Amino acid sequence: MRNEFSLLIGGKAGFGIDKSGMILARIFNLLGLRLYVYRDYPSIIRGGHTFSIIRASENRIATHKDKIDFMLALNQDTFNFHKERLEDNSVVIYDADAVKVAGLSNPAKALGLPITNIVKAENASEVMRNTCIIGAFVKAGGIKWDILEKVLKKEFSKDIDLNLKVARRGYDESKESLRIRSASGKALPLLSGNQAISLGLVKAGLDVFIAYPMTPTSPILHFLAEVSEDFGFEVIHPESEIGVILMALGFSYMGKRVAVGTSGGGFCLMTEGLSFAGMSELPITIIVGQRPGPSTGLPTYSAQTELHFVITAGQGEFPRFVVAPGDAEEAYFWSSQAMNISWKYQVPAIILSDKNMGEGVFNFDIDSVHEIKQDAPYLWDKSSTYKRYQLAENGVSALAFPPEKEAVIKINSYEHDEYGITTEDSGQAILMQNKRLAKERYMQNELEKLETVKVYGDKFAQISLLCWGSNKGVCIEAAEIFGLKVIQPLVFCPFPLEQFQKALNGVKKLVCVESNATGQLCQLIKTHGFHVDEQILKYDGRPFSLDELEQKIRGIIK
Amino acid sequence: MSQIRLGTNAVNTWCPGCGNFAILNAFKSALAELNAEGLPLENVVLVSGIGCHAKIVDYLSLNSFYSIHGRVTPAAEGIKLANPNIKVIGFAGDGDAYGEGIEHLIFAAKRNIDITMIIHNNRVYGLTTGQYTPTSPLGFKGRSTPFGTRELPVNPLELMLASGATFLARGTSHGSELLKKIFKAAILHKGFSLVDVLQVCFTYFNMYEYYDKHVYDLAEHDPQDYNQALNKIREWDYNSDSRIALGVFYKKEIPTFEERFLSKNKKAIDRDVKINEFLETSI
Repeated sequence: MRNEFSLLIGGKAGFGIDKSGMILARIFNLLGLRLYVYRDYPSIIRGGHTFSIIRASENRIATHKDKIDFMLALNQDTFNFHKERLEDNSVVIYDADAVKVAGLSNPAKALGLPITNIVKAENASEVMRNTCIIGAFVKAGGIKWDILEKVLKKEFSKDIDLNLKVARRGYDESKESLRIRSASGKALPLLSGNQAISLGLVKAGLDVFIAYPMTPTSPILHFLAEVSEDFGFEVIHPESEIGVILMALGFSYMGKRVAVGTSGGGFCLMTEGLSFAGMSELPITIIVGQRPGPSTGLPTYSAQTELHFVITAGQGEFPRFVVAPGDAEEAYFWSSQAMNISWKYQVPAIILSDKNMGEGVFNFDIDSVHEIKQDAPYLWDKSSTYKRYQLAENGVSALAFPPEKEAVIKINSYEHDEYGITTEDSGQAILMQNKRLAKERYMQNELEKLETVKVYGDKFAQISLLCWGSNKGVCIEAAEIFGLKVIQPLVFCPFPLEQFQKALNGVKKLVCVESNATGQLCQLIKTHGFHVDEQILKYDGRPFSLDELEQKIRGIIK
Repeated sequence: MSQIRLGTNAVNTWCPGCGNFAILNAFKSALAELNAEGLPLENVVLVSGIGCHAKIVDYLSLNSFYSIHGRVTPAAEGIKLANPNIKVIGFAGDGDAYGEGIEHLIFAAKRNIDITMIIHNNRVYGLTTGQYTPTSPLGFKGRSTPFGTRELPVNPLELMLASGATFLARGTSHGSELLKKIFKAAILHKGFSLVDVLQVCFTYFNMYEYYDKHVYDLAEHDPQDYNQALNKIREWDYNSDSRIALGVFYKKEIPTFEERFLSKNKKAIDRDVKINEFLETSI
């Protein structure tokens, strides 16, 4: 049995569960374990039930399991809602002043501490019950006090002494019950997918990030705003998503590398701007974090429902780049590439994320990321009269940015001539539409040089899972159990036909795993002439757990 | 007159008698004077929306951003923030700026961002062949309201004053000398400026005679005085038959958005080093 375990910490929204999840993750990280953090919270600020599942393993992981080895319960709901996850040897640590545990198969494994009273006695605030229960857990898991002290000092700049004191009380009143073994891995940075996307944009030369807050991409806005001074770029939060994209296109026209972030609803408002970017050939990078709809739907949960939307959004026909990364390294690499591609081909680039991808926490190994190539955009060399839309075989015209003494730079949402002046001439209309569409072919050729379709697992297996985005991690682990192959397309526009065809070599049965109700990837590949044999779909907003997917696959492959 | 060549080869398709010609000519004169006074033309970027007004950018050989309906303001803001040395002038129709894009206008005024908005307010949709707009008078019979509108017009200058605009003026398309002066003052103003031009649509809402009878030039008016400005702005509500004042209603200098916004720290930052530092702290 491999060295791995899962821990669940839960409480009311506003209890500081998120922060505790990160503290626990950092402790495991220092033990050399690899991690995945799943965060579940309702769309309210106070109250309701919120929890994090932290899974740690000596192997690389990117999903959670249903069953847990440790439960840290700060309120009764946590115990009641999650007791089915407990196994015979699972340890329950709870605030005996707030939680009653009953019906445990192994009551000896329950460890109740008077946490509320401890915190009161130390004159600490209620939120420090977290620190106390973590202290108790650290002892129960046989983890050295020094490690906890190190992490707490890093996480708390204020009240560190009181936090240490409260943690120590928890630690002292606890007892070792299930020893957590450390692993040989080097501690790696812990990043949320949203942070990885952000850093990728920074790497690609981000000048400005513009967004209107919307779950699940608001953390990108917050993170980038926080570090903007330090990294030297600007962050703006305007009046609406329409304001966001138009302001961004103003920056783009001036030669600034700009990105925007939103979710499906905000992206609806952006689509007229998207189409404008397609027509005027203004580069822009758009992050769309998916969550279940239609409409407001389940705002704090996850989905893969906007694949067709982002591929077809906006009136008219224009080329675009669409990528859906599946873990932190891919998020970093492809966000950077997306921005570069958008400038190289003067097209909108869309990074399709989701709540699990964006808010999930991963180990990030920068050494395993492919080298990010930065091609300079095609700039005007001043050798002839400037024409913003000069015809070219690959469709890419030279860029110039105001103020430019020798050039008049005109961009236009109307069909236009090479100078950017409005035209309704039929010949011009055809020339310009062909020019714009030509870019897609060149973009596709270049993308063939990158790994746009990934293959994992048993590469010779006849049964293959097909997945995309945040389902990558769970599919790889599930495939391992059954000895299957996994195919993960990363790029959807332009569709990587050759690489996809190659990945399918030898596959007799293709099982498509998606977090939506209609099988959007399945439909998409059908339009390219490929056929899916079985579908595993999930659309309750929650991610597949490994156990759940394992069971579904078992049902299909017999 | 203009010594500089500002025209393009585009064929002008405005109707004969259109008030937009006056705006184009007054703007050309204003720009020629500003250019003679030291404004490099490459430092000018024009932004337009969609509608008859918007064709103006095709007729001017200047940097331009021909955007979409209602969205002149945010595009102009992005351009200004990208380079505060650029003079950004947005042209928009009344349907464009006061209808579809009103939220952006309010926020730009609130931010006091240093852009100039010139509104071609003909109080009718021209390009879509004659429907009422936010400034059409009550009872206006347009193609979508054949029995007359049932709503009062908005007073855009009052709305802009309340929103925080720091330069507000009105002109007409009969009076290009005054228009030129106002355009110049608006462009030179440091902060959000808006000029409401009562531009006549000769085809769908010919108000030449009406305006000629009602307009007068503001005199003995102190544009620094908010209350005076408010009173003069409220004198005509775009509906009743009162006198219509022309000129600069309000002008005030306060810090602009870009001054407050752009970070001072512009020294070269090695991003790879910064990213690695951040990763170190994320263990």
